[in-house]
Amino acid sequence: MNGKILIYDGSFEGFLTCIFHIFEYNLKDVSIQNEFLIQNGLFSENETIITDKEKSDRVWQGLKGKVAAISATKMYYAFLSEQLGIENILLDYLQYIFSTKKKVDTDFTHASVLKTSQIAKNVSREKHRMEAFVRFKLTKDEIYFANIAPDFNVLPLISKHFKSRYADQKWVIYDIKRNYGLHYDLNSLEIIQMDFPKNFDFSKTDDNFFSEKEFEFQKLWQDYFKSTNITERKNMKLHIRHVPKRYWKYLSEKQP
Amino acid sequence: MILNPTSLLKQFTQYQQLMSFERTLEKLKILADAAKYDVSCSSSGSQRKNTNKGIGDSTGMGICHSYTEDGRCVSLLKILLTNYCIFDCAYCVTRKSNDVKRAAFKVQEVVDLTINFYRRNYIEGLFLSSGIFKSADYTMERLVAVAKKLRIEENFNGYIHLKSIPGASDELMREAGLYADRLSVNIEIPTKSGLKLLAPDKNFEDFIKPMEKVKNEIIQYKAEKKIIKSTPKYAPAGQSTQMIVGASGENDFQILKTAEHYYKNYNLKRVYYSGYVPISLDSRLPKIGSEVPMLRENRLYQSDWLTRFYGFQTSEIVNQNHQNLDLDIDPKLSWALRNLHEFPVDVNKAEKRMLARVPGVGMKSVAKIVMARKHRRLNWEHLKKIGIAFNRAQYFLVCDSHQFERRDLTAEKIKASIFKNSKSKYEKLLSPQLNLFS
Repeated sequence: MNGKILIYDGSFEGFLTCIFHIFEYNLKDVSIQNEFLIQNGLFSENETIITDKEKSDRVWQGLKGKVAAISATKMYYAFLSEQLGIENILLDYLQYIFSTKKKVDTDFTHASVLKTSQIAKNVSREKHRMEAFVRFKLTKDEIYFANIAPDFNVLPLISKHFKSRYADQKWVIYDIKRNYGLHYDLNSLEIIQMDFPKNFDFSKTDDNFFSEKEFEFQKLWQDYFKSTNITERKNMKLHIRHVPKRYWKYLSEKQP
Repeated sequence: MILNPTSLLKQFTQYQQLMSFERTLEKLKILADAAKYDVSCSSSGSQRKNTNKGIGDSTGMGICHSYTEDGRCVSLLKILLTNYCIFDCAYCVTRKSNDVKRAAFKVQEVVDLTINFYRRNYIEGLFLSSGIFKSADYTMERLVAVAKKLRIEENFNGYIHLKSIPGASDELMREAGLYADRLSVNIEIPTKSGLKLLAPDKNFEDFIKPMEKVKNEIIQYKAEKKIIKSTPKYAPAGQSTQMIVGASGENDFQILKTAEHYYKNYNLKRVYYSGYVPISLDSRLPKIGSEVPMLRENRLYQSDWLTRFYGFQTSEIVNQNHQNLDLDIDPKLSWALRNLHEFPVDVNKAEKRMLARVPGVGMKSVAKIVMARKHRRLNWEHLKKIGIAFNRAQYFLVCDSHQFERRDLTAEKIKASIFKNSKSKYEKLLSPQLNLFS
């Protein structure tokens, strides 16, 4: 790869700061890379960009003035996909948006506009899945705990949903793939990092940690799940399309 | 050996708890099994906010928390309060004369199950139906009691769907709507004559009565809400019903006409179609072991969608001359093949209404096309990327490409070419018909 590579810290603000930098210096032939996923180009020149809240805000505000609110949201969703190279698709998207006076965020014939919208759709699907597939287990100290391992980094997107829904119970949702979680203590929501015992099996319900009642309700739920099925209509293909196998290990109704 | 009274007492309580758990488990099995033929699982449209720091919020879209092995969504705890019933409807698994285990939940048991399932994020809420014991009002009263307890004592803002019991009084229906998000009464059999044959103790007017009451209450609620914003909600997610398909010999024309009647005259949110699952040896009904008409059910839902979202009239899809839906092709393609004079449609010029009628183009694609064509003229490449089903759409569209279908093809030719390049998920069911074109 030729040209310049901007390295940022992986945050959305960091990414927007890179965009600011590119426009400020009118850089051509440039790409953006997450510092945790660096791939050195043979003849490329690297520059580390320090995240700057003020600059990133300016880009974000600028974008909001150029596109419909939904398109700005889509851009953020697509960023959270963490897909390899997503920064450069979004860079191309933003360059197109800012290159013209017209509003072009609905120009689905433009490759990056369509791509951004499609990736955002995937992320939004994963968000919706997590809202559905979180399974809380009651711990001995009365906290409803759930672990997830989503394909994309959707924790920031689902916090509002769970906060307004479970306002009267303490809960934790933990992303074990990215090693951080959300903790709600009846008043406020905070981001936490936890240490789990070695070899902790997240698909099991360990009676050292979880309340006795928990086992009863899991059993009731599992039996309900079986009873509400109509065997004459069995359709495993459809079942798996709706609940892909990779999600089964943390779904209590799918445990043996 | 000296008996320790405290430890004895402890053992006894443990034993009792275990027994009560085992009992609940058994009831849940019986009453979930009996409720599963009710197909509605919708949990959206209620707009009930969690403002009281209680439990639950149903402002967003509905959520399917899981799917059973038959591929149907699990979004609500769907159970009967009891499967004791004084009626003997031939098609119903809970009918009086059927030899099945009977059980009944206490009001508090349903409340506890709902809350505990909800707290674990298993469900969006409760769908409570019941066999009719003693009388319609006696039964309805108990359903209302569950909903009331959930809302008032438990501060529950999740979704509640209650069954309207045929023949229930206006007062109870009024109260039911104040706690429930949706009410439904299943007409089950689309024609009066069919009902007489299969459910001789049920009176057609009894179904209509609660439906009429709920309709009027909803109209009133909507009118009052415009003036006073704090008017208490009344069944905000509306009313629905269900028809069994393939139990009493009705054709699709009769079924869809009946559906249209209820959509129009009772402002129903949804009509559900339930392919009959043989559960009875009764000679009036299909034999046990005969195929569930799933494909036909699917075609009925597709038609239902065409009338609700795509701007079709029921009479365009089925009518006196075309009384049954085609099984081998979807109803939109079927309509298009019968109306070739309406095509081809120009993607870059046509109105939204006509774009929506093109086979292989869904409403999402329609929206994208309308936005994208403001920027440039669209060609096949654009359309494929937008996500239309090219295999079907190509015969009905022209766009900014030179290669489009110019031959004057007959409906049969088009159908044959579409089949040649596609594989239906229903292939097994359809293979005899497909052979005609190969």
